[in-house]
Amino acid sequence: MGKFWSFLFLLVPVLGVGLFVWAPFNHHWLPRDVSAHGYQIDHLFNFILGLTGVVFIVTEMLLFWFLWRYDGKTNKSPVKFTHGSHNLEIVWTILPAATLLFIAIYQMNAWADVKMHKPDMLPTVEVTARQFEWRLRYPGKDGKLGTEDDLFHVNELHVPVDEMTLVKLDSADVLHDFFLPHMRIKQDAVPGTSIPVWFKPVQSGEYDLVCAELCGWGHYKMKGRLFVESRSDYERFLAELEKKQTATNVEKKAEAEE
Amino acid sequence: MSTTVAGSHAHDEAHGAHAHGSFLSTYVFSLDHKVIGIQFLFSTMLWLFVGGLLALGIRWQLAWPWTEMPVIGKILFAKEGGQISPEFYTMLVTMHASVMIFFVIIPILAGAFGNYLIPLMVGADDMAFPTLNMLSYWFMWPAFALMICSFFVEGGASAAGWTSYPTLSAIPQAAPGSHTGQTLWLWGLIFVGISSMMGSVNYMTTIIQMRAPGLTMFRLPMTIWGMFITAVLQAFALPVLTAALFMQVLDRMVGTGFFIPEGLIVNGQSAGPGGGQPLLWQHLFWFYSHPAVYIMILPAMGMVSDILTTFARKPLFGYKPMVYSISGIAGLGFIVWGHHMFMSGMNPALGTTFMVSTMMIALPSAVKTFNWLGTIWGGKIEFTTPMLFALSFVCMFIIGGLSGIFMAATPVDIFIHDTYFIVAHFHYVLFAGTAMGVFGGIYFWFPKMFGRMMNEPVGKLHFFLTFIFLNGTFYPMHILGAGGFPRRLADPYHYETFKHLLAMNQFMTICAICMGFSQFLLVGNMAYSLFFGPKAGRNPWKANSLEWMAPSPPGHGNFDFQPVAYRGPYEYNFPGHDTDYYPQIEPPRPGEKQPEHH
Ligand SMILES: [Cu+2]
Ligand SMILES: [Cu+2]
Repeated sequence: MGKFWSFLFLLVPVLGVGLFVWAPFNHHWLPRDVSAHGYQIDHLFNFILGLTGVVFIVTEMLLFWFLWRYDGKTNKSPVKFTHGSHNLEIVWTILPAATLLFIAIYQMNAWADVKMHKPDMLPTVEVTARQFEWRLRYPGKDGKLGTEDDLFHVNELHVPVDEMTLVKLDSADVLHDFFLPHMRIKQDAVPGTSIPVWFKPVQSGEYDLVCAELCGWGHYKMKGRLFVESRSDYERFLAELEKKQTATNVEKKAEAEE
Repeated sequence: MSTTVAGSHAHDEAHGAHAHGSFLSTYVFSLDHKVIGIQFLFSTMLWLFVGGLLALGIRWQLAWPWTEMPVIGKILFAKEGGQISPEFYTMLVTMHASVMIFFVIIPILAGAFGNYLIPLMVGADDMAFPTLNMLSYWFMWPAFALMICSFFVEGGASAAGWTSYPTLSAIPQAAPGSHTGQTLWLWGLIFVGISSMMGSVNYMTTIIQMRAPGLTMFRLPMTIWGMFITAVLQAFALPVLTAALFMQVLDRMVGTGFFIPEGLIVNGQSAGPGGGQPLLWQHLFWFYSHPAVYIMILPAMGMVSDILTTFARKPLFGYKPMVYSISGIAGLGFIVWGHHMFMSGMNPALGTTFMVSTMMIALPSAVKTFNWLGTIWGGKIEFTTPMLFALSFVCMFIIGGLSGIFMAATPVDIFIHDTYFIVAHFHYVLFAGTAMGVFGGIYFWFPKMFGRMMNEPVGKLHFFLTFIFLNGTFYPMHILGAGGFPRRLADPYHYETFKHLLAMNQFMTICAICMGFSQFLLVGNMAYSLFFGPKAGRNPWKANSLEWMAPSPPGHGNFDFQPVAYRGPYEYNFPGHDTDYYPQIEPPRPGEKQPEHH
């Protein structure tokens, strides 16, 4: 039976590696990256995957080999009576320590890029999450938020391609999370705190905006869309928004006067 | 040491008085650590069943969203036509985690195994404070009652996640479960905390004060080291959680606004004057709950070390490095909590600091894994059921440990935070790790607890099926996570990005259901063996540590002689000795060279 159990444990690295080889070729992998910074994250993911993959294969194969070789039923050599090895302990403390330290330092720039080096510009849009929708507010002609010409919209976030977008992220009620999978962006929206989020899309298209923090019973349906479009399309969108808004404002005024 | 001996004799007399008590004082309000341990074991196994059912509810929804549940759907969700409602789904994820963490893993490790094994393994007649010990069990019952009640109050049980993040949890109108259910959840946890605290004080005192003569700290089995460090972690971390729980209770009941900012309108209603910060809760909560991750694994690591040495018939490889690594985990465990908050809006520079400490805490785990491999290297392995579970702990803990590095890397965490990648990670640590270690522990110590052996072939079948189906359930979660699949979503498939992941989820759910059914083998085996298993004798596994020297099951006061330890618990195949094991209590033969601790 010892051989049978050894093989069962061998299945773990074999199928485990197998699935990770199968997945990227069958669309079960990271969604397409369409951001300027995302390659750093994907690179780091793959880098850690390679590193941990090697450790995974080596340790699991050792486990298999020990089970196979030292099965009490078939192992005729005497038990190696030992309480450990000083040298080995030093080797397997220093090696992982150095590797971990390397990973720690290696990633610092990518993190700083996405979360610390805030671009020097006025916010492109204010996103206010609330149960269970994304309220959007564009600054309008004057480029400033909180003025009379601000433009309002819900759930459909339009941004220009190849330009830095700076989002002022707020929440009106509970925690939410502004997750753009294709843009490699994720940030909790916290009531009472405005948090800046920035990204630069490099490909036009339509993508999902996901709420990734449990925010109540309707969390699953708090879905938005991200439209990455050319500068001219983007401006056309804003112009139309403005037209609609003035029309409704005029209507409202008229109603109020009646 | 002589004072210890005198002390435990004094205890003997004190216990003698109630040894022949009534049924109530013997089996219900017992002061005997063994009875209390078994009470914890059976209660937590009942809750394991509840937590498992809740998990299957989650799996059902993810595989066949918004469809009628077979058989039980009509009973549970009559109003929704037999299907899970979105608010029920958020309650499922919350309560599955709360039950598994607070009613199963923590009490089965510390409460059941800690209680049962600590006095026996240190050669004491009972815990240092038997009454406190009994209370630690009975304080779980208000918690049980509150949690059960919470399912039936208006709005249902808590649905704000087991992490209970404000403001969702703190503002009653924010979610159905945040009405009365959340208050009951908070009080329930306060009782669990009191119970753990009473246990922790007892374990520390017993391990420090009541060890048998000759049983120095460095002759303790790893199980005891795991329990000891766990007790220390509980003692330092719990006060912070308790304070946080009371603050949230006050926010909800008095309107203190510790965690609620000013001027919020939630669900059309003002949330009170506020003036607080939601992130404060996260800091306090994770200050406890990160160490709690180790509370949920260190004892299992200890148990696994003991099982591995017994069935490899070899000394533990690197005893002291093992002890230093769990102590290192305990120390570092207090400065890594921020890794749960990389995306929370906490200062990103602080995130970098927590990232570095988190990378470093992977180190002791690596050291432990290498030492386990070193332990089975060159042994004579006996593939018993407990051994298979212990080996699978090592095999699976490697996966859970390595996947942690992805999330510790802050930039990668931006993408995989709150996706199924983290769900994969903690299920590999807590289910494939701890739960498998616990199963191994049950098969290993059952003969001691009940004096009878469990059935080996059925045990092996239980292991085989659990091992296959748990990997089928949890391993694909890594792939889902890489696809960005978010956790806690009742229906992820209406997002274009996640549509194609449905088939994989259906496969996982089928595996999960099969895994659930496989557990009846364990229950059946326990129930049958309890009455009809072959008699075990004192030391069925030919092990060294003190608990195996006592009768099976041990009588009141545990030992029918005064145990004295002459060496550590891992001297298997000691050169020149006539048997392949060398119990701690056996005096050295004249002229025999005794093992040095390296
Ligand atoms: Cu949400
Ligand atoms: Cu943690």
